[in-house]
Amino acid sequence: MRSSYVTAAQASLISCHACHQLSRIPAKRTHGEAICPRCEAHIHLRKPNSLSRTWALLIAAYILYIPANLLPVMTVISFGQGEADTILSGVKELIHAGMLPIALVVFFASIVVPVTKLVVLTYLLLSVQYRSQWRPRERTVLYRITEVVGRWSMIDIFMISILIALVKLEAVATIEPGMGAISFAAVVIITMFAAMGFDPRLIWDNMKEKR
Amino acid sequence: MEMSIAAGRLVIACHECDLLHRIHPLRDGERATCSRCGAGLWAKKRDSFEHTILLTVTSLILFVLANVFPFMTFELHGRVQTSHLSTGVVEFFDRGMWELGLLVLAASILFPALKILGMLYVLVPLEMNRRPWKAAPVFRMVAQCQTWAMMDVYLLGVIVAVIKLADLATLVPGVAIYSFGALILTLAAADSTLDPHAVWEKMEDLP
Ligand SMILES: [Zn+2]
Ligand SMILES: [Zn+2]
Repeated sequence: MRSSYVTAAQASLISCHACHQLSRIPAKRTHGEAICPRCEAHIHLRKPNSLSRTWALLIAAYILYIPANLLPVMTVISFGQGEADTILSGVKELIHAGMLPIALVVFFASIVVPVTKLVVLTYLLLSVQYRSQWRPRERTVLYRITEVVGRWSMIDIFMISILIALVKLEAVATIEPGMGAISFAAVVIITMFAAMGFDPRLIWDNMKEKR
Repeated sequence: MEMSIAAGRLVIACHECDLLHRIHPLRDGERATCSRCGAGLWAKKRDSFEHTILLTVTSLILFVLANVFPFMTFELHGRVQTSHLSTGVVEFFDRGMWELGLLVLAASILFPALKILGMLYVLVPLEMNRRPWKAAPVFRMVAQCQTWAMMDVYLLGVIVAVIKLADLATLVPGVAIYSFGALILTLAAADSTLDPHAVWEKMEDLP
């Protein structure tokens, strides 16, 4: 690493998250929070309470992940007989129907992405708390991917909304969304907030000694 | 300006690792990335305002089409069922699952609409050298919509649903579904021509 690495924080500057404007850290703590002179957003040296906020959201997501997978996301009722689908059984059905490519997409978006996201965020939090010096650049990339990819887990929810809009032939076939769908949607939204709450600059703040 | 330093250089901090960079003002089409973590610092776009406004106006038209025309028609045993983009939302509310109704409404209609309108509200007056009222908070909101407008994910959901139903019934795509697909492309293009730095700088220059 070059010895001339200086962060904004070390130069007593705050970078605005909305518009990138740099401003000096207010000398005296004024009442309330600092405001960006250019875009009027609240600015902070680091996202406030990043670790505890991300932990809280993450734990909530872990808990909700259980009903999200155990409860049916929807029930297909045809000729009076109901068949309940969970996230996993939906994927299995696609495989049995021979639709392997789309089964893979759904498997990836609804199972691999949420699980990986939970694991990665947990790892990033622990690595910051234990002041890990290991591969900060790769950890930052990991964070960047986690933040971008999370929204794709919503596929199942949108699929259900299309199905209930199309299939409503009372006697022949209807589709009822289940509580699993609500829990699953909650997991996705909460992990999205958790990812937003995490501040990747904390990874680099621990690297100071290595300058 | 991002704190001008002597010789026309800019100082900019990386969003992801907080490292300070001194960069030369970029030429059109040039990109600056963080030397330490690789995050993008700034990408300067050519004719950003005109291109983005044009693409956003196109998106607005497509958005209206996608919401007005039928999305898809479902045929089974001679019974025909036509659905619109908003039908799924209504069905969720009818079943008392308002949480999911709100979510789908927000992701497929509300946030895309806010994004399109917010972008036009800020960019069109700025292009005419006027600063609209509350320009800064509106433009910040536009950036927030980025995460929550999920039309691309929605379209993939449509594809999965269509594949699941293909054996069961006849599905006929409507005008709205094509408009929706095109809207995803024009909005993505608008995102790629938008230069937020240029917008903030222009805003700052205007009283
Ligand atoms: Zn700002
Ligand atoms: Zn960086």
